[in-house]
Amino acid sequence: MLSVVLTCSKLLTAASFRVSINSRAGGREATALYFQIAWESAPSVNVYTSSIRVSISGSLRRGRSFKTTIGSVTGLNIKAVMSQRKRPSNVQSSQSKGARHSEVLLGGGGGDDDDDDEDVTFTQPSTSQVQRGLARLTPAQVDLKTAEVVQFIFVKDQKKIPIRRADIVKHVVKDYRNIYPEIMKSVGRTLDTVFGLMLKEVDVKNHVYILINKLEPPGGELLNMTPSNPKIGLLFVILGIIFMKGGVVKESMVWNTLKKLRVDPGDRHEDFGDVKKVVTDEFVRQRYLEYVRIPHTEPLEFEFRWGQRADTEVSKVKLLEFMGQLHDQDPQSWTQQYRDATSSQTVPVSQR
Amino acid sequence: MMTNINVRGWPVMARPLGESHKRFLQTMMANGIVDGDKARALHRHCCETHGAQYTPDKLDEFIEVINAQLQPMFMQIRKGLSEEDGLQYYALVNMAETDVTRMSADYADNELELFRKTMDLIVDSDNGTASSTDILNCADSLQTKKLKKKETEHVLNRLVQDKWLIEKQGEYSLSTRCIMEMEPYIRRIYQDQVKVCHICHNVALQCQMCENPTCGIKIHTHCVARYFKGRTDPRCPSCEDFWPHEIPEVYRPPSSQSQSAATEKTTPTPRATGQSRKTRRS
Repeated sequence: MLSVVLTCSKLLTAASFRVSINSRAGGREATALYFQIAWESAPSVNVYTSSIRVSISGSLRRGRSFKTTIGSVTGLNIKAVMSQRKRPSNVQSSQSKGARHSEVLLGGGGGDDDDDDEDVTFTQPSTSQVQRGLARLTPAQVDLKTAEVVQFIFVKDQKKIPIRRADIVKHVVKDYRNIYPEIMKSVGRTLDTVFGLMLKEVDVKNHVYILINKLEPPGGELLNMTPSNPKIGLLFVILGIIFMKGGVVKESMVWNTLKKLRVDPGDRHEDFGDVKKVVTDEFVRQRYLEYVRIPHTEPLEFEFRWGQRADTEVSKVKLLEFMGQLHDQDPQSWTQQYRDATSSQTVPVSQR
Repeated sequence: MMTNINVRGWPVMARPLGESHKRFLQTMMANGIVDGDKARALHRHCCETHGAQYTPDKLDEFIEVINAQLQPMFMQIRKGLSEEDGLQYYALVNMAETDVTRMSADYADNELELFRKTMDLIVDSDNGTASSTDILNCADSLQTKKLKKKETEHVLNRLVQDKWLIEKQGEYSLSTRCIMEMEPYIRRIYQDQVKVCHICHNVALQCQMCENPTCGIKIHTHCVARYFKGRTDPRCPSCEDFWPHEIPEVYRPPSSQSQSAATEKTTPTPRATGQSRKTRRS
């Protein structure tokens, strides 16, 4: 029996490539096979074979395999590997690509062509594509995908890694990408109605999201229940400093203020550990703070601003009240900041 | 609209969640597992913070509402007893993958293999523990990629920190959360090999065994404490031979009052005491 394995890692469009086949366990040996994919249409694939030519019309999706006969040899499994192309390409270029990939596979080893060009090439499907896609799936299937995306988001968020749309598509949505908008709508609904969370796009160009809390930050007893509790207090102090100073402060100001509160970035703190790392790395990664280089400074100086997560999650009014309690002052006595806090643009999500 | 099956088998519409429910759920997500007292306190605080009606002793019903919404996500807040102290715990468990691959985000392939081998040792053992020596020997014969001694210790520390394993004097056992979350996986992989408690029918790793060779039933240490409490002549519930092991005291935390009586339930809702429980067939 002859066998050829080409693993489809991307969506194949019109393609044509050559493979040479080696036989296994004493069979006939064919020297070349031509695979031609005529156009991208429905997921079904028709295979036409002759003794040396196999033509596939239709598109071949990742992981798909099908049997075909070559001459009088039956039972051939073919899965196709090519890198993704958006439009039918001319025969020449596809042939060379095909040859390169197919050779890799014949040893039986070849794995997926797993490069990252998918993030750039994923485009939002049109409404009609979504409708067509939905028509072919059961609600249960869509629900299952929703659940998988939600789990994926939680795993990423637990490590405070911002979630990239490209990753969601590549690792979870996969073959359901033509109904991606519908899945994400369902995901958003679930995150809100079950968890009180929301996906916020922090990088519109590269489609990167963070998960933010629609519920207000916990106070009082509840604060004790969240494991990262001590650090929230530290964060609030820093956010307060930045806010009172008009939205941006030099890092030296933050360190000096913290030192007065007996939190020294140079020492290891009992509750916070490596303070400098928590403030400049952890809080920044979590998008609570921005730690930005001040240009033309020698030696290098940095400044702090509020991060996007702080903007969306933290109520400036509450922060002013917190400062008021700290300094035993009426929050409204800081007129500029009070005006800033109560302007409509800064009302956090939970209070809209 | 989602429909779920309630305790009596009738379909019910899933109730939409209030902010108190969401807050509770978020806290459970942050903590992973909390003991019964903390869970009850959390219930109160969530209701008070968000102005929801609070009824003490209705924690399980409160959780049932949340679980109805979590079911399509393959998540559940479950109630279980710890093998360590016999106390009640609530844990948010993932039911989508009944395999250790749920941990694959945090651990490398060979580290997961080590964890599986550690689990093998624990399930095989008499007392539900694996010694660090035995684990180190496994590390040396991993199929994926061998781990050195220092690396193995590091992985074990992380597994303890992430609350998958408990370490006591060089002996490792599965944490309560691990057992609660992986019970379907353990049952599937180990099948008849794994010990099951005769009293509560859950997986029993730390347990006592009837010495009668034709009987050999196993009972959780904490189930033993409850079942034989106050009896001067403890007898095996199956073969009635004398129960030769030491009967431990039932551990009483300060406020261990409301433990609702066991009810017949077919859904994976939080369970009651150790007396009788139905396990979820996965």
